[in-house]
Amino acid sequence: MSIVFKDVTKTYLHKGKEINALRPTSLTIHEGEIFGLIGFSGAGKSTLLRLINMLESPTSGTIHVGDDEMTALSNKDLRVKRRKIGMIFQQFNLIESKTVAENINFVLKAADYPKDKRDGRIDELLELVGLSDKKTVYPKNLSGGQKQRVGIARALANDPDVLLSDEATSALDPDTTKTILSLLKRINKELGITIVVITHEMEVIKELAERVGVMSDGEIIELGDVYQIFSEPKHEVTRGFVQDIYDFEVPAHIEETAENQIITLKFLRESAEENHLNKLYRNYDLSISILNGRVEYINGIPLGILMLQVTGEADEIRRLIESIDRTPGVERAEIYD
Amino acid sequence: MTDLSNLWPLLYRAFLETTLMVSISIFFAVLVGLPLGVLLFITQHHLLFKIKPLNQILGALVNVIRSFPFIILIVAIMPFATWLVNASHGPVFASVALSIAAVPLFARLVESSFNSIHSGVIEASIAGGASVFMIVTDVLIPEAKKGIIQAITLTIITIIAFSATAGVVGGGGIGDLAIRYGYYRYDTLTMVVTVILLIIIVQLIQWIGDFLSRREEGK
Repeated sequence: MSIVFKDVTKTYLHKGKEINALRPTSLTIHEGEIFGLIGFSGAGKSTLLRLINMLESPTSGTIHVGDDEMTALSNKDLRVKRRKIGMIFQQFNLIESKTVAENINFVLKAADYPKDKRDGRIDELLELVGLSDKKTVYPKNLSGGQKQRVGIARALANDPDVLLSDEATSALDPDTTKTILSLLKRINKELGITIVVITHEMEVIKELAERVGVMSDGEIIELGDVYQIFSEPKHEVTRGFVQDIYDFEVPAHIEETAENQIITLKFLRESAEENHLNKLYRNYDLSISILNGRVEYINGIPLGILMLQVTGEADEIRRLIESIDRTPGVERAEIYD
Repeated sequence: MTDLSNLWPLLYRAFLETTLMVSISIFFAVLVGLPLGVLLFITQHHLLFKIKPLNQILGALVNVIRSFPFIILIVAIMPFATWLVNASHGPVFASVALSIAAVPLFARLVESSFNSIHSGVIEASIAGGASVFMIVTDVLIPEAKKGIIQAITLTIITIIAFSATAGVVGGGGIGDLAIRYGYYRYDTLTMVVTVILLIIIVQLIQWIGDFLSRREEGK
């Protein structure tokens, strides 16, 4: 189910001052895609996510989820609609006084799911998230990753068309994060559910999303497919997030001169797997040493980054740089502070 | 009174009166106070049933009743109590005032145990499409069960303390015995025995309350 924001704003009144949680935003999230939103806390991503299922209502503008205009729904219709929009949370938000099965049963009951079929449905969902043996366990006896699996099972209970993920892996360790992300990916593939993910971790976007919006100060400042955002970040905030993935720093003791330069190269798509370095060694009378380098696979497409220290005559270095700039698929990158 | 055997029948009768007053009052405190506590909570919660004016009216009402010194409350509601129970003294009569005093106290305690529920749980339930009624019965009350048990314990003990004052309308009870015999008549034996009995009763109720609330925690 697609999600369409049209000129949506959200302003709060806080201590007599107006706060623009979301500046005028239009956005289309396509049916079946995994859409990521990244930003620092307070950037407005959480507000945007909560507008989709009307946990918050917009100050102006319209939000369509499928064919329904969310602000126009009656209370009752909104409740019915929400059953088709699952949501998972950073703090899991399970009902602590209910067992795993009872937590899932709660949302089935809320949706008037046939009583005699609820137990079978619970088994099915627990099977899907790999927690069949935890049916009668209370949440406090589960690990973070297991709690999130219950959260996912609960969110999927009523066959939603959309799944909203609110920093769902931010409270989990890296290994557990990976398994939860691959579970979400599988759900998207197998069930065709549109997933909207908000996070402050670029790693999550890289692993999971197909398209991404970067938010800052209540606005989507950059929007595109994930590879494009990673390889050609335009906005300063985006560059900051992408940089986290590169994790490169210019060694402090190296002094750059005309005869001793640091060149960082970016290899896009297929060129990342080609043998560029060989050519450089062969064709230029320069001493070239590798300071840092890695290849990231983003949605399976490689993006290579290589940091070189080049020493030799200034003219020869210039020749090298000019040749790099002419080579398709290879770019000189800056390392942003 | 110098002899325990003389005191025994008085004490027994007082104990029954206290038990009667506490039972009636806690029954109504929970019956009216629990829904009132629910209303106080949901009418101020933006995701549930926010009606600010209603919340303010209920809050003010609760505060007004809670402001009354208990003895003044008893006197103030005398006509109403007389009409309600068709009597003008005795433990049942005193229970009207005790219930009226206990309801707002219990309601506030319930409201505050709802407040301690992690707000994300309510958000998740709303996101799951649950109705407000279902959230009250299936989320708020089960999640606050431990707090509610503690609230009942505290309310019972407060009612016992208030019931000492119920003597002015012939309510009787252990506290009244302590005041009338022990205090006004300088009867030390009665005073000591009744106070010890009250301590034991309060302690016992606290123990039971703690035991029950801890059992909830075990889950």
